[in-house]
Amino acid sequence: MTTEYNAVIAEFDPIIGLETHIELGTNSKMFCSCSAQFGGEPNTFVCPVCLGMPGSMPVVNRVAVESTIRMGLALNCSIVPWCRFARKNYFYPDMPKNYQISQYDEPLCINGYLDVTVATEEGPQIFRVEIERVHMEEDTGKLLHAGGAGRIHGATHSLVDYNRAGIPLIEVVTKPILGTGVLAPEVAKAYVAELRDLMRALGVSDVRMEEGSLRCDVNVSLSRPGEEWGTRTETKNVNSLRSVERAVRTEMLRQADRLRSGERIIQETRHFNEETGDTTSGRSKEQAEDYRYFPEPDLVPIAPSEAWIEQLRGTLPEIPSVRRARLQLDWGITDFDMQSLVNAGALELIVASIDAGVQPAAARKWWTGELTRVANERNCELEELSVTANDIAEIEKLISAGELTDKMARSVFEGLLDGEGSVSHIVSKRGLVVVNDDASLIAAINVALADAPDVAEKIQGGKIAAAGSIVGAVMKATQGQADAAKVRTLLLEQLGVTE
Amino acid sequence: MNDLIRQSAATLATAIARKEVSSEEVTHAHLDRISEVDERVHAFLFVDPDASIARAREVDQQIAKGELSSPLAGVPIALKDLLATKGVPTTCGSRILEGWRPPYNATIVDKLHAAGVVSLGKTNMDEFAMGSSTEHSGYGPTHNPWDLERIPGGSGGGSAAAVASFESPLAIGTDTGGSIRQPAAVTGTVGVKPTYGGVSRYGIVALASSLDQAGPCARDVMDTALLHSVIAGHDPRDSTSINAPVPDFVAAALKADVRGMKIGVIKELQGEGFQSGVLERFNQSLEILTELGAEIVEVSCPHFQYALGAYYLILPSEASSNLARFDGMRFGIRVDDGKNRSVEQVMGATREKGFGAEVKRRIMLGTYALSSGYYDAYYGQAQRIRTLITRDFEAAFSKVDVLVSPTSPITAFKIGEKLDDPLAMYLNDIATIPVNLAGNCAMSLPIGLASEDGLPVGLQIIAPAMADSLLYQVGSALESALVDRWGGLLISEAPSL
Repeated sequence: MTTEYNAVIAEFDPIIGLETHIELGTNSKMFCSCSAQFGGEPNTFVCPVCLGMPGSMPVVNRVAVESTIRMGLALNCSIVPWCRFARKNYFYPDMPKNYQISQYDEPLCINGYLDVTVATEEGPQIFRVEIERVHMEEDTGKLLHAGGAGRIHGATHSLVDYNRAGIPLIEVVTKPILGTGVLAPEVAKAYVAELRDLMRALGVSDVRMEEGSLRCDVNVSLSRPGEEWGTRTETKNVNSLRSVERAVRTEMLRQADRLRSGERIIQETRHFNEETGDTTSGRSKEQAEDYRYFPEPDLVPIAPSEAWIEQLRGTLPEIPSVRRARLQLDWGITDFDMQSLVNAGALELIVASIDAGVQPAAARKWWTGELTRVANERNCELEELSVTANDIAEIEKLISAGELTDKMARSVFEGLLDGEGSVSHIVSKRGLVVVNDDASLIAAINVALADAPDVAEKIQGGKIAAAGSIVGAVMKATQGQADAAKVRTLLLEQLGVTE
Repeated sequence: MNDLIRQSAATLATAIARKEVSSEEVTHAHLDRISEVDERVHAFLFVDPDASIARAREVDQQIAKGELSSPLAGVPIALKDLLATKGVPTTCGSRILEGWRPPYNATIVDKLHAAGVVSLGKTNMDEFAMGSSTEHSGYGPTHNPWDLERIPGGSGGGSAAAVASFESPLAIGTDTGGSIRQPAAVTGTVGVKPTYGGVSRYGIVALASSLDQAGPCARDVMDTALLHSVIAGHDPRDSTSINAPVPDFVAAALKADVRGMKIGVIKELQGEGFQSGVLERFNQSLEILTELGAEIVEVSCPHFQYALGAYYLILPSEASSNLARFDGMRFGIRVDDGKNRSVEQVMGATREKGFGAEVKRRIMLGTYALSSGYYDAYYGQAQRIRTLITRDFEAAFSKVDVLVSPTSPITAFKIGEKLDDPLAMYLNDIATIPVNLAGNCAMSLPIGLASEDGLPVGLQIIAPAMADSLLYQVGSALESALVDRWGGLLISEAPSL
């Protein structure tokens, strides 16, 4: 942590708040039966309803409502007995009707909380993030600006793809999160990660962040201890865990800078720049759109019955925090180790690897070791790496069959990360074969012994640990393609030593 | 069969079913009538004679094979131009939708197709159904067949005039504040606004979603009952449509009985602002209803005086949002001078050119009423009035079976007469609007000509929500008593054009 950041914390208390939009993984869209799958040829998953054709009318997707209620229950919210959709009116060409069907003052789920854990030097610290509301809405289409740098400025024309228009979204809004202090950026990140894991555990969304299916608006304000809350800014469309953390930190630094030089913070929306991590000014409160919300007259209110809610409560899976505690116990690892692998985004990947047949210790070793190192180097999330749980299972199988050494496994990972193809393809392409025939290994051992005559004596004299240097030499001679354990056994046999 | 165009839909359907006449012949006769008179009436915005004839032949074949047994099979119909019709121009009376051919059919259109009802074309209307005279059409006004210098009512003036001028035996209208009933009243025809949710709104271009309702237009009560039966029913694509069995409207029309019924006269909907000839005919109808065995009771609906004010907040608010999609991006016209304009500029120019004055007026009203800081005072307050009006109706219906009033305070006025006075125009719907606000049902039927101008007067029957059958039962009783007196329908008094 920089001295500059620590100085900010010494002077100011941050208050953060997060509004997170997540696409639900329903088969069909929020208000019509079009496919809600990602991608597809532009404007192929469309119909009169999601194109906003005159006369068309929305019909609520029951599964989307169920998903939202389940999410609300998992977030410890109250499910309201009665609520409505509302129209949010503004003109934009990615929105077919020039209004978005959303929920305004009558959300489906209210007043919940989510506990998130952040690792600190003193051990894991739990923060309770209070949830203001969870509501449903529809996504917009996607604009593609052509003839410029891909941005609206300088473009000669824009294309619209309405495949995304009408995909169900849920929006989860926190209450202001107080008392996070120095950990504000980490809490923000941990909260979004926890939310993502919860969605996945519930099976209501895959939360594919690289496809933009989770978008965060990050609110930050600073105040000096004892003073009134400061003016907040809202950084829009922050799309990854790392960016959430960065956006909070950047905004804290920027606001502190202004406040110290006696300037005021302007209530405004800000844009987050993924490349630089900076935020830039968007729309001020004075310029803010008036959305002219009013109850959607084309839909009837939603009034979930107690019985329905209880039935949905019965479908809730083990929530991620409980599951993590169980896994930690199963694996017999410390709080710190558990928290680090969670922070590294390795938990689900480890579980998936274990499900694919890998021993827990081995799964942890690869994901938190070698692969985390690569992810850090590449500045990306672990799950974005081109290595799958099945790859790990395949590699581990080869290792336990004695066909691959740990060192060779690293070479296979290298190949996978560089997109050289499947594990078996990389093994054969890179010529990764364990030298296994005793004759060549013994020959290599003898050469090594000849090079270091004193070592043989030491070993025979009882200093078996000295065998390491000979094994090392043999490994070097075979370019790492020998099984070190086997070399050791053969060496001791040669010297007539038993352990 | 002689004079096909002057027959009722019921008569035509029976003759077609008995193969005394073909749907093709009937359709042909009406198309001929359209080409003969519509240049003067201008009820239609779009007619495709070849397509209509082709469809009529298809229906004839289906009937011949015994594949169609609907009560209106083979009968022609005219569709208000805000019903989405697949591949057929749908303008809503607006220039902004010029050239738009929807990729889908409204549910009503599918239902009519399945019932073998043959479309003659699309009828003129006030732009996006905003108006009471059809003068606000982007394509020129429709003329009242009783007097071509007068308005046919609105917004569904085209549908009412098509029926009144014998261009079509049936028409579909939509009624947001009186757009079926007021045109029926001033053209001497019958129009029904069903209970909100009784007929699917899917594919009907929305004016004010919480008020809009499609319904039947015809020359007699039985024909409206038949048409209502065909288009009614739950639609899974319209969440606001009622999921309940459709009552037997035809049986109710056949019952034609008001004996022992209590009929309420709304105190607030007579007197000041109502033309004397209208009140004269209205009072005469009350006498007839008494003679038929009903008891006339006066009831008060004290909050009706606020109905117009509430309506002109709710309607523009919803309309401002519903009409936002007309931006030149996806359908209809696009105004772009090719000078690399921004999307906001193109949207603005398109809406400036595409929308008429009345539409712009209401979009501005609605945008203002929904603005933050004004919402509670305007939209919120209007919704509270709406609740009070609904309670007025509930209180009234606890005392009486149905309510009656004049449909429109005045008879058809001259084209251009009220164009510069929107408030005077809005007052035409003073008696019809409360029904839309409360969501119940009403019918307008002709009760004679006003003595001072010889123009048709309509009576409105109002029933509770879901009790549409009562409209047919009471309406047909009154109608048959009047027809006995007149020796035929009032419409036969209309000029032959």
